[in-house]
Amino acid sequence: MSFDAQELYREVIVDHSRRPRNRRAIESPTGHAVGHNPLCGDRVHVYVKLDNDGKIEDVSFEGGGCAISTASASIMTETMVGHTLDEAQKLFESFHERLTRNGEGPPSDELDPISAIEGVRRFPARVKCATLAWHTLKAAIDQRNGDVVKTE
Amino acid sequence: MSTSAAASSGHARLQSGTGAYDVEAVRRRFPILERRINGHPLVYLDSAATTQKPLDVLDAMDAFHREKNANVHRGVHTLSVEATEVYEAARDKVRRLLGASRPEEIVFLRGVTEAMNLVAQSWGRANVRAGDEILITHMEHHSNIVPWQMLCEQTGATLKVAPVDDRGEVILDAFEKLLNERTKIAAFVHISNALGTVNPVHEMARMSKQVGAIVVIDGAQATPHEKVDVRGIGCDFYAISGHKMYAPTGIGALYGRHELLEAMPPWQGGGDMILSVTFEGTTYNVPPQKFEAGTPNIAGAVALGAAVDFLDGIGLDRIGAHESAVLERMASALREIPGLRLIGEPGRRAGSVSFVVDEVHPHDLGTVVDQEGVAIRTGHHCAQPLMERFGVPATARASIGVYNREADIEALVSAIRKAIEIFS
Repeated sequence: MSFDAQELYREVIVDHSRRPRNRRAIESPTGHAVGHNPLCGDRVHVYVKLDNDGKIEDVSFEGGGCAISTASASIMTETMVGHTLDEAQKLFESFHERLTRNGEGPPSDELDPISAIEGVRRFPARVKCATLAWHTLKAAIDQRNGDVVKTE
Repeated sequence: MSTSAAASSGHARLQSGTGAYDVEAVRRRFPILERRINGHPLVYLDSAATTQKPLDVLDAMDAFHREKNANVHRGVHTLSVEATEVYEAARDKVRRLLGASRPEEIVFLRGVTEAMNLVAQSWGRANVRAGDEILITHMEHHSNIVPWQMLCEQTGATLKVAPVDDRGEVILDAFEKLLNERTKIAAFVHISNALGTVNPVHEMARMSKQVGAIVVIDGAQATPHEKVDVRGIGCDFYAISGHKMYAPTGIGALYGRHELLEAMPPWQGGGDMILSVTFEGTTYNVPPQKFEAGTPNIAGAVALGAAVDFLDGIGLDRIGAHESAVLERMASALREIPGLRLIGEPGRRAGSVSFVVDEVHPHDLGTVVDQEGVAIRTGHHCAQPLMERFGVPATARASIGVYNREADIEALVSAIRKAIEIFS
């Protein structure tokens, strides 16, 4: 059964890849990490700034590469702002689970941008493109400044 | 579907070596081409990564295991003698393919990567000293970069890199200027896997020999597309990978000039590479066995021999003419797509064409065209320095083999247009 490429590259994904949100550096971030996907040479910088209550005040990224990795990074920055680190961890785990689980899972919500990325599940070779920025954010939060995170 | 014996007998039907190139008859030799991918007929344009395998090769490997399987150079029993005969016959086929004078000049190995490591670690460690230089080019595959970097680290020699121009050709003047009396090894690719550039290897070998360097050529992408003549080129070593020329993965060969192989120390120690072993010392075997420690990939070698016969059966001249027509038409068709730019426009091209498309990352392109059944390679093609030279992190590459035809170009172009549509 053919799965149309347009199902993967939904409007939401194309929009985020063409006009990525929060693609910029953050001056004096709380954490910063570099993610690298050696398979395609993509490299992404993720910056995170926490407020005094330990909530994520700002997240941004620079670099990226393919539409999937850029859109996923962009969507991630919008998803994470305002959350505590515990919540961020849960969001990360749920994202990871949604991208890697087998089977169809619950029906996807057209309005939920993460469900748009979920289409990547059917393209195992591309899952790592989608998770790169998220792993890098995790590293940035863990204060592993300057470390290169690999998804390969 | 008819397979094995019945299909093998069809070999005589395949080609006479003359007359028009019958691409449909060639395609019938490749069972995998019947596959459908994502609801579309497979359009395989990734032969530079690995070629598909014809019945001729599949049957030869199967027949070896069914009828002649035994270890080589060992027992006196009939099967062992027969296995040795077919293994050595395969060696002679590779000798013939490369135009070498003696079968002892052909060492069976896993492929080009292993061959380069053998030359670096055996010839290199014995002959390269601190202050010496090794010259490569900017278009090398990682397999023709990293073994020399390792040798440089071990010996204190320096790696020099000849530049490539915007068309994707080695700048010959610069190559020649980088050669000097310190250059011990000149190692370069015959046909670029990333750009399709056919290098002027005769000229480059001649220049290198003038300063006394040994010449090592990566022939992985050359043997499937054109007739190679190692003596005509005047090289000292020439490395090939079976799976790029219709044989299975895990088998390849190194041609080495006999006097060099004879003088070189062994690389790996073990069975088959010895004449006698005592705990006081070991007497090494002669080439090529000296470099084939352990039980070799016998079935792989037999299959490689069958691949040589397959290429000979069609005729490399006719293959070259057919493929070059297909490739030129493909390059022209790609140039007509708005927003698409070819990476490398060499004067002589074989095998591959690399390109990038505005607004579409190569990986997204690869995924979209795969949904249309079209298999292309996207990425850095194990040539990251070359990608950097052209200012791209990655390219899309369409590469062809004996089975590709006009319809494949149409499928590729239409799939690329679909990708552009999605991202526009």
